[in-house]
Amino acid sequence: MAQSPAHGSDHHDHHAAGHHDPQDIKLLGFWIFLVTDVILFSTLFATFIVLRNNTNGFEGGADLFNMTGVIAETFLLLTSSFTSGLAVLAMHQNKVKPMIIWLVITGLLGAGFLALELTEFVELVHEGATLQTSAFWSAFFTLVGTHGVHVTIGIGWMISIIIQIVRRGLNDDTKGKVTVFSLYWHFLDAVWIFLLSIVYLMEVM
Amino acid sequence: MADHNNSHNSHGGERHEHGSVKSYVIGYIISIVLTIIPLVVVMNDMMGRTATIAVIMVTATLQFLVQLVFFMHIRDGEQPRWNAITLIFGILILLTIVVGSIWIMGNNQIGMKM
Repeated sequence: MAQSPAHGSDHHDHHAAGHHDPQDIKLLGFWIFLVTDVILFSTLFATFIVLRNNTNGFEGGADLFNMTGVIAETFLLLTSSFTSGLAVLAMHQNKVKPMIIWLVITGLLGAGFLALELTEFVELVHEGATLQTSAFWSAFFTLVGTHGVHVTIGIGWMISIIIQIVRRGLNDDTKGKVTVFSLYWHFLDAVWIFLLSIVYLMEVM
Repeated sequence: MADHNNSHNSHGGERHEHGSVKSYVIGYIISIVLTIIPLVVVMNDMMGRTATIAVIMVTATLQFLVQLVFFMHIRDGEQPRWNAITLIFGILILLTIVVGSIWIMGNNQIGMKM
């Protein structure tokens, strides 16, 4: 059996290279969504870079960023990206329980990231840096906040997937959802790397 | 027949590979190293401005590639890799927007100072 259909699905025709199975089409569709998200973030990054010197006489990021918190956020998100990958690995071995455990750990790490980020935002607002303070802070909160909203949506999405799997078990459909979720989560980590680099590191250097 | 669940990587990439624990661990470790390098450089003021920016951008780009290859499995899948082609298109737009904005607004600021 040279071409073993790996996921036991019944709709596998091998005779034409151009024929995809529905999960592959869904995966490609999700990649296209991710690319639209790349475009969204590229406009926000461009805005931030262009406006980064316009601080309106107020303190900029170099004075107010709390790098300890930012570094902790980075490692939380990096680790959660890793654990969501482990969840997918467990899924492909049809180990439902380990998969759910890894997903929950991913979610908890994501929640920790969000908690740190919100703490950071609250501290900044207390220091007087709000959306209205200066072009720099407007661009900062929009860019970093949009990423935070993505993480929030990701956590909610993941909880709904776990509920579905508990109810319906692992099948082609729920497997596709976990795969797509992990792609989304890795993507958010990739975006955060550039946030850390361009927003935080280049500001404090 | 026996290896239904794990590696089915030997047949021309018809199905997606899913990586292994090893490849995820390697990706994770490389990511951590690539995060620590710019942090150390920036926090200790080890280099000049241009060199620091270069280190930050190079390590960030490398780490993006690590995510793509080790975690998102961009290299796997069937042959016309539409996901990779889509992503390249996205990066083209990204560079146009970001580099174009920096270029134009930089020129603007030079113009205003005169």
